[in-house]
This record gives sequence, structure tokens and C-alpha cells, in this order.
Amino acid sequence: MSSSWSRALTQISPYTFASIGIAISIGVSVLGAAWGIYITGSSLIGAAIKAPRITSKNLISVIFCEAVAIYGVIVAIILQTKLESVPSSKIYDPESLRAGYAIFASGIIVGFANLMCGLCVGIIGSSCALSDAQNSTLFVKILVIEIFGSALGLFGVIVGIIMSAQATWPAKTA
Amino acid sequence: MYGFEALTFNIHGGYLEAIVRGHRSGLLTASDYNNLCQCETLDDIKMHLSATEYGPYLQNEPSPLHTTTVVEKCTLKLVDEYKHMLCQATEPLSTFLEYITYGYMIDNVVLIVTGTLHERDVQELLEKCHPLGMFDSIATLAVAQNMRELYRLVLVDTPLAPYFSECITSEDLDDMNIEIMRNTLYKAYLEDFYNFCQKLGGATAEIMSDLLAFEADRRAVNITINSIGTELTRDDRRKLYSNFGLLYPYGHEELAISEDIDQVRSVMEKYPPYQSIFAKISYGESQMLDKAFYEEEVKRLCLAFEQQFHYAVFFAYMRLREQEIRNLMWISECVAQNQKSRIHDSVVFIF
Repeated sequence: MSSSWSRALTQISPYTFASIGIAISIGVSVLGAAWGIYITGSSLIGAAIKAPRITSKNLISVIFCEAVAIYGVIVAIILQTKLESVPSSKIYDPESLRAGYAIFASGIIVGFANLMCGLCVGIIGSSCALSDAQNSTLFVKILVIEIFGSALGLFGVIVGIIMSAQATWPAKTA
Repeated sequence: MYGFEALTFNIHGGYLEAIVRGHRSGLLTASDYNNLCQCETLDDIKMHLSATEYGPYLQNEPSPLHTTTVVEKCTLKLVDEYKHMLCQATEPLSTFLEYITYGYMIDNVVLIVTGTLHERDVQELLEKCHPLGMFDSIATLAVAQNMRELYRLVLVDTPLAPYFSECITSEDLDDMNIEIMRNTLYKAYLEDFYNFCQKLGGATAEIMSDLLAFEADRRAVNITINSIGTELTRDDRRKLYSNFGLLYPYGHEELAISEDIDQVRSVMEKYPPYQSIFAKISYGESQMLDKAFYEEEVKRLCLAFEQQFHYAVFFAYMRLREQEIRNLMWISECVAQNQKSRIHDSVVFIF
């Protein structure tokens, strides 16, 4: 047994990678959503003291951030349905490894895309609340920027789902 | 790291930044000033002001109104807003907010010491002090005879203590010494504030450097102009200039040797940002210099609001409010003395 890193990596069970991928997909997405919500929320609360009219409209920013967490949950549920048991003789087959890595990658893609998307929407939402408090014609224009920002999360979800669709474990019978 | 404040600023500062921006929207606009300038009496002014944010503060005042009452109530509003923000703030914002008031403390100290020198009553002086610069032992300032006592009895417990190391002498206090003391204290304060902002880093450091540098340069020019023809030597003058800002160090060398306003002008015109200020006033005239400086300051303060997630908005708001109170004082005085033609001499519009 030569000791090289590639040897070490291929000895790790593909289920480890798959499970970590699922954890990252939901965990990091929720991190992004929460980060975005607190950035928007603190500015919104302060600005709404002088300008109470902005509260209802600006909850849209919070909803966009929340959507990011929902994407993470959906993809995590989809990914966990892709996990199948294979007989122990086949765990380290190339096919199994490929399936494990695909689920892992899918989880990372979705997690980090949603993290950045949540941050982006949160920061824009904070500026949106402050600008709306001063000048209400600005709200719709800044909302367009937020919509473009939330598209980033969707890109991540699409690629993640395509990636996980090809995660096929080897068939149970030999 | 500059550029990434947006990620963590709102944890501690988001709410207060939104509040200060809300206060900024309550500053008087050009149309408010137009209405105020058309007033005939102080009661008209009170009526116009009650439609703005100052309403609750002025409505209980009985007529006849005095200009000092108007200014006092408007200052009270600023103090209330400041105290509300200070009690909500966490470090380092609370330290930053406290730094803003040290300038007022220095002015109060000098006011009481000068007043005592001219044998005024302590109570009368305390009423004239700026409320943001009050501290507990301020009344005992009247007892001190020279600077060493001043420091030992009163100031060692205040935040101004570290600024005194450069100006403790055993001479008795007289008018000239007090002015030098004021300027030395202010110089130490500005440098301290500047270093504090540099330590904070990020957008706060960048924007506050610009605002404080302008303040330092403005004070340098004022010190120069006010000390032309007095017995202040060139070395003494140079010691009063702060060691940061656009004018440091070469401009300070040239300002120290200036003997009249035209020389000052020729020094300042070498610096493009200040060239525009001096272009507005014609040769030989220095009364409009104050107004030109105020206008430039207001322009820079408004620019501080263009960026989000930094502390300089708090500083800018306090200064803009101060400018507004100065405007109101000028307008009230002009109206009370029936000199409405001179109203536009000194009112600086913020928006």
C-alpha cells in the first residue's frame, strides 16, 4: 500500500462525502439567509422609527433572504433521497465514489451560492430600507437590484440539482 | 479590512446608523429657511419652527420669546438625540460618540476660566456652557488660579486629562494664556481623535481623516489670521498647528511666517481644495472667510452620508445640527434686531 494522498482520499467512504455535502447545503444556506436577515432587519428597525410607512414594503427584502434558506432545505431533501445503500464490496468502486463526490459537490455549490446570495440581498435590503425612508420613489428601483441578487441563489440551486441528478450508485446485484 | 464593513457593521451599529439617518432627514431644508427668513417677529419664527421637528421643544415657551431661548431649546433637542444614541451604543461607537463632545468640554472649560478671570458669577457662566460638554466637577474650575491647579483640582478626572501634558505651566492665567491653552488642548484633542479613527480602520478612518484634516487646516488658518499683529511668536504659532492634515508640514512652515491675510491667501492657494474657498472672497476681506469655510465644511459633511456602514455619519450629523443651530441663531438675531437685509450674510444652507 503506497501512502499517497490520493490513496487516502479514495479510502474515505463516499457516504461521508455525501452526508457532509447535505449538511453544507442546508447549514451554509441558512447561515447566508440569517446573515442577510440581520443586516436588513437592524437597518429596517432603526429607519422605521422616523418613517413607519416603510415597514410593510421592506419586508420583501427579508422574504428574499428567507427564500435562500428554503432553497437550501429543498436541495438538502432532494440530495438525501439520492443516498442509496450499496453492498460493502462495492463501496469503494469508482461508481460509488463518483456518486458520493457528486452529492458532496452539489451540497457545496448550493450552500456557498446561497451564502453569497443571502449576504448580497441582505446588504442591498439594508440600503433599500434607508433610502426608502428618505425618498419613497427609490424603493422599486432598488428592489430590481435585489431581484438580480436573488437570482444568484437560483443559479446555485439549478446547477446543484443537475449535478446531483447524475449521482447514480452501482446497482445492488453484481 | 476596507470594503468588507457591510458584513459585520450592522451587528452593533446598524440600528443606530438608521436612527441617525432618520434624524438627518429632519434637518431644515432650503424652503424652511426661506420661510424663516421672511418672518417679521420671533413669534413668527416660533410658529414656523413648530411645523418642523423642533415643534415639541418650542411650543411651551411663553411669548415674548428671546433669541437665547430659541437657541437653547434647539440645542436641547440635539442633546436629547445625542444622549439617546449614546445610551444605545456599544464599544467602539460609544467611545467615538464621547470623543465628539470633548471639543465642547474644552470650550466650556475656557469659558468658565475666562469668565472667572473677568469676575463673573459662576452660576451665570454655568448657564452659558454648552450642555454636551458638561462634566461633574465643572463648577470647581472657578477656584483655580493657574494651570497647574486647574489640572490638579479639576481636570485630572475628566477625559481631557491626557491633553494637558503639553500646556501645563505655573504662570497665572490671563487672556493670552487662556487662548493658547484652548488651542493647545484642541490640537491634542484633534490628534487623539485622529489616531483613534485610524485605529478603527476601514471606511470610518478614511472619511474621518478627511473631515478632521479639514478641521485641523481650518483651525490653522484661523489661528494664523487671529494672531497676526499680536505678540505670539512664530515658534509659538507653529506649536499650535496640528500634525496632520493637508497643510502639514510644508503649509504650516509657510503659515507660521505669514504676516498678513494676503500672504495667508497665497499659501492656501497652493492647495487645490482650499483654492476654491479663497477664490470666493476678494482681496483684503476676511469677514466672509468664516462663511466660506462653513460652506465647505457642510459640503464635506453631507458627502459623509453617501456611504453606509461607518461611524462618520454620527460626527457629520452632530456638526450639521450645530450649523443649523448657528443658522437659527443668526436668523433670530437678525429678525429681533430688524436687520433682515443681513440675514443672507451668514446662513449656510445644508440642502
